[in-house]
Amino acid sequence: MRNALVSAENLQLTLKTDFSSEEQALTIKHSSGNEEKPIVFPSYLKEMLESNKESLKLEAMKRIVGLIAKGKNASELFPAVVKNVASKNIELKKLVYVYLVRYAEEQQDLALLSISTFQRALKDPNQLIRASALRVLSSIRVPIIVPIMMLAIKEAATDLSPYVRKTAAHAIQKLYSLDPDQKEHLIEVIEKLLKDKSTLVAGSVVMAFEEVCPDRIDLIHKNYRKLCNLLVDVEEWGQVVIIHMLTRYARTQFVSPWREDAMFDENNEKAFYDSEEERKVEQTRPYIMDPDHRLLLRNTKPLLQSRNTAVVMAVSQLYWHLAPKHELSIITKSLVRLLRSHREVQYVVLQNIATMSIQRKGMFEPFMKSFYVRSTDATHIKTLKLEILTNLANEANISTILREFQTYVKSQDKAFAAATIQAIGRCATNISEVTDTCLNGLVLLLSNRDETVVAESVVVIKKLLQTQPSQHSDIIKHMAKLFDNITVPMARASILWLMGEYCEHVPKIAPDVLRKMAKTFTNEEDIVKLQIVNLAAKLYLTNSKQTKLLTQYILNLGKYDQNYDIRDRTRFIRQLIVPNEKSGALSKYARRILMAPKPAPVLQSAFKDRDRFQLGTLSHTLNSQASGYLELSDWPAVAPDQSVRNVEVVEPAGAPALRKSKTAKSNEKRLLLIIMTKYILIHIVLSISTQFFVNCMCSLLHLCVFLACQFDAVSWHVHVSLQASSPVFVPETSHELLHRMTGKGLSAQYRFTRQPCIYGNSMVSLQLTLSNSSDQALENIHISEKSSTGQNIHRFNAIERLEPQASVTVSMGVDFNDSTQAANFQLCTKEDEFSVSIQPAVGELLLPITMSEADFTKEQGKLMGMNESSATITMKPENVSSQSVNRKVVSVANIGVIPSSQENIYRFAGKTVSSGSLVLVSVALKDPDAVITINTEKTVIGSMLLRQFKTALTNSGP
Amino acid sequence: MIHSLFLVNASGDIFLEKHWKSVVSRSVCDYFFEALERATEPENVPPVIPTPHHYLINVLRHRIYFVAVIQSEVPPLFVIEFLHRVVDTFQDYFGVCTEAAIKDNVVVVYELLEEMLDNGFPLATESNILKELIKPPTILRTVVNTITGSTNVGEQLPTGQLSVVPWRRTGVKYTNNEAYFDVIEEIDAIIDKSGSTITAEIQGVIDACVKLTGMPDLTLSFMNPRLLDDVSFHPCVRFKRWEAERILSFIPPDGNFRLLSYHVSSQNLVAIPVYVKHNISFREGSSQGRFELTLGPKQTMGKAVESVLVSSQLPRGVLNANLNPSQGTYTFDPVTKLLSWDVGKINPQKLPSLKGSMSLQAGASKPDENPTINIQFKIQQLAISGLKVNRLDMYGEKYKPFKGIKYMTKAGKFQVRT
Repeated sequence: MRNALVSAENLQLTLKTDFSSEEQALTIKHSSGNEEKPIVFPSYLKEMLESNKESLKLEAMKRIVGLIAKGKNASELFPAVVKNVASKNIELKKLVYVYLVRYAEEQQDLALLSISTFQRALKDPNQLIRASALRVLSSIRVPIIVPIMMLAIKEAATDLSPYVRKTAAHAIQKLYSLDPDQKEHLIEVIEKLLKDKSTLVAGSVVMAFEEVCPDRIDLIHKNYRKLCNLLVDVEEWGQVVIIHMLTRYARTQFVSPWREDAMFDENNEKAFYDSEEERKVEQTRPYIMDPDHRLLLRNTKPLLQSRNTAVVMAVSQLYWHLAPKHELSIITKSLVRLLRSHREVQYVVLQNIATMSIQRKGMFEPFMKSFYVRSTDATHIKTLKLEILTNLANEANISTILREFQTYVKSQDKAFAAATIQAIGRCATNISEVTDTCLNGLVLLLSNRDETVVAESVVVIKKLLQTQPSQHSDIIKHMAKLFDNITVPMARASILWLMGEYCEHVPKIAPDVLRKMAKTFTNEEDIVKLQIVNLAAKLYLTNSKQTKLLTQYILNLGKYDQNYDIRDRTRFIRQLIVPNEKSGALSKYARRILMAPKPAPVLQSAFKDRDRFQLGTLSHTLNSQASGYLELSDWPAVAPDQSVRNVEVVEPAGAPALRKSKTAKSNEKRLLLIIMTKYILIHIVLSISTQFFVNCMCSLLHLCVFLACQFDAVSWHVHVSLQASSPVFVPETSHELLHRMTGKGLSAQYRFTRQPCIYGNSMVSLQLTLSNSSDQALENIHISEKSSTGQNIHRFNAIERLEPQASVTVSMGVDFNDSTQAANFQLCTKEDEFSVSIQPAVGELLLPITMSEADFTKEQGKLMGMNESSATITMKPENVSSQSVNRKVVSVANIGVIPSSQENIYRFAGKTVSSGSLVLVSVALKDPDAVITINTEKTVIGSMLLRQFKTALTNSGP
Repeated sequence: MIHSLFLVNASGDIFLEKHWKSVVSRSVCDYFFEALERATEPENVPPVIPTPHHYLINVLRHRIYFVAVIQSEVPPLFVIEFLHRVVDTFQDYFGVCTEAAIKDNVVVVYELLEEMLDNGFPLATESNILKELIKPPTILRTVVNTITGSTNVGEQLPTGQLSVVPWRRTGVKYTNNEAYFDVIEEIDAIIDKSGSTITAEIQGVIDACVKLTGMPDLTLSFMNPRLLDDVSFHPCVRFKRWEAERILSFIPPDGNFRLLSYHVSSQNLVAIPVYVKHNISFREGSSQGRFELTLGPKQTMGKAVESVLVSSQLPRGVLNANLNPSQGTYTFDPVTKLLSWDVGKINPQKLPSLKGSMSLQAGASKPDENPTINIQFKIQQLAISGLKVNRLDMYGEKYKPFKGIKYMTKAGKFQVRT
């Protein structure tokens, strides 16, 4: 083993010189190619990297990372850098990782050099090192290692440490993007990880689910309730992803809660009278929300208080898409609160509020003042606020809003002032009471000094006048007067159109305007020219006496215009209005064609149809479908089977890892060997001239490093401390809390989940299954506030309603204070109270921890004398195998297995839940006897445990 | 999720790039630069910009644009919130978040970004965990590092990441155990021409600096918790206890953190601590304008109004201003037309005023808009909503900590329309 290492070292040394000559060549090429980069950098840095001093290497790496950050290409240093991948200096190693992940894709062959290092680290006893190795390994985008990655992910997915499992979930997405063909295998892993109960894993695995197989909704069923219950304790980024996924899920699984109330009552009556017709009753039954639907709404509600704006937005959109309409109002306050946040957050939130406020004005009306514009807001924020204020306008508040708008019109930001004028126009059409007021206000603006304001006013007035033209001939006259001062083409065109359309109301002015326009026709913009032709045609039809010559003149000008649109229009109009022998039939209808009454334009919000996108998504913000957008389905007419979400079997977490690892490991070894052999062969075949030698050496080096690492034990120096680990075994047996006879139909069972309690560090976590075996629904099931004993109990949320024959699983926490004294409390329904008690087995008061064997013996040494209790027993022969001892011990007590180097001694470690005192258990087999030793400060617990181990190990059976 | 990150400075140069998946060419930023050119003000760049193959989501902080490159559908707030978290972390580490600070600490920045995202999905964003992984650079540490060759990457592994309280590191030790809480309230208001309040709201935060040994469990209770209309918590706060008893119960993170932010609704009456008398007028046909401004205290509960700063964007037609402050100093930038007056403390006996004339562009017509006046101020030892902390208790540890509470009121977005 040592020899192998030494020879590897030598090889590296020989290789170094070869590489450098090659690199030198590269350097020269590089420096001549690009002069702005420092000419010295590669060779200078390379020397530093190859020096023996750690500090020089580190300095070189820092400079290289600086170059990468600036976007400079540092890939030529790859061989020199990758050699340091196994460095003992943590910072150096991390920087090498950064480099490796950045350039591995470009230097695939050389990147393989580093793989074995990570493979070794994947077996490290420290979970954080395992995780980091998997993280980097899966980030190396080299297709040849896909099988290695796949194996590593599969193994990590069953790791005891939730942190490693989380990393595995991240790696799934990476592998999927590298090689989509692995999809089926990856879905298997996702399915496994979805069952995970750790809050660390939940967010990451759902993210992987969304990326790899968002359509496999069937994988969610069994985990739905668990995800809902875990949600509050998942880290904030995971919460966002889970909430979005659950929104989609709920829309496919539950029926719509948005039925009309009227229908509700009617159906109720029918159900009462037609009780015989079972099917019909079933169909028209009043809406009762699926308890799972309610569970989701209830569990997401507290997250509205999150400090993370993305979480608040996610919950808001969930309520918007899933909650009954009358419950929506609770999200308003939180959304308004987000408006205090950064500019970018405001932008997104305001967009969503704009969409909501179109459909439900009432939600935001009380908060109208929060949408008042400040002069310091960015323009896009101002326009959005304006949009919302316009949406909120109604008869009651319009005067306040219009007063506010008057201030905005005077704003220095002219684009915003123009937007305000449009908003006024929208208010005027939507609320007929204020149309006149708005019109007068807009007419006043016509004398504004700013051109954009005037132009916008003209355009809006034109639209408004179309709705009721007869009463407003004086406004048209006024505009005709202003016409000479207005230069914005759109505004001029609008006025001309108005003149033509309502020429009967202004019979004297219109021909005069046409006369003026005939003079300036050639200098006008195209849209204005079109409207001049239009005006001329209309006047010709209504007042041909005065305008015949003018029209002819204008049509002639138009005929020779440079723009073909205008030439076409002129030709068309001429044929239409001037009767001649060819077009006899059409010109009869000219008047009806040109002077047909036009429908008034509808002034709508730009956010009118945004609700086709799920709120809070990128697609909604952009108002166009982004790639990867998942459509929110419509509610199903009939709810799919609810029972798919029932969970009966609880699998022991993490246990299978022990058995599997051996076969996996040997598989992996074989695979790696195959790859290596192939690799060498390819090189031998491919390389001809001088390269041949180098490559052979390189491949040999791979092999050596690989072999070395397989035998080499621990080389990463780390500080090992006590770490909580997940339980090795979770018993499925549940204990009765309340029998259905005594509980008048309500029965309750409890079991210990052996997980760290999420409600408090010193609590034991329990799972309660409540079922209703009576024939009527039980309401308001909860635990009474007053506890008869001193224990601190974390109660479950009251269950509002439990249907007959239904059951529900809730979790609670009890602080037993490291004693086996029973916890007594009252389980209450709406009508009754039942006294119940939970008697914990001593083994359940513990939590497993991991430590190294050395640490174990050290700690054991500290806990001698009084703190030690031991007993000798005679083992049944069938219990002697290591597996059965392990199984027996961990089934009695929730403790972790410590890897042992001695064959006949088994070691286990745990800590008490409340006080965190160490509990060390060792079982030494001396055929046929066995000595059980327990070391702990809590001597009472020690002796009780000892008694239980004695019975467990002397009894035969499973 | 997040593919790459580009940092762009005020002059439009990319000075840092980081990729979490395959490399995205920096030419993708051209779309961003286009939007930047179109925008009249730096803030007017749209936060989300679509390009043919990617989406760019940017935030602007400290005159640096943080541009994230996205390839497919993702909640935009997710990315925005994360980018702000990155800026907060940089600020926490380097004191300031400027281009120079980032360039000086480029290695730490890179290490941080590497830990914060894995494959574009946030991994460790809690400052306590990050500080265990990568120690913040201090002058002393830099000196020590250069001499001894040691590193600023933590030797220990971050156990916090695995525990049930991920925001607190284990094994914290202090000789002086202290817990300080700052209750800071900001008044957002719009005051109209005549001095009446159009809208006023109070936004408050409780920032904490907790340096306590071990795993303390704190409870903080208020005299009048009903005032808090809408709250958002640090993840450490136990929501259930707040719901039931209106008590903040939590195991605090180590060091500085924001415990709570709250909102006192606009339905309640808000005391406005200052008033402004103004007379800004332009006469038709003359190239002179009058400018008069007087500030005074109002409803301050006997506390002094300090650090007063008045700023106003004058109309474009104003060429120069010739003013005379009764106290403090004023500046007028003829290019941006921004007038700012550093008043200092308001003395109720002798009210500060700024009077004088403005010269307008010759021949230009009278501007038809009047400028709005933005005011900043501070009032020490006062929470304007009347919120009071009742008591702070500690459980779980035996020592007696030193406790302190400070109140302050500030102006948020406080505008007076003229």
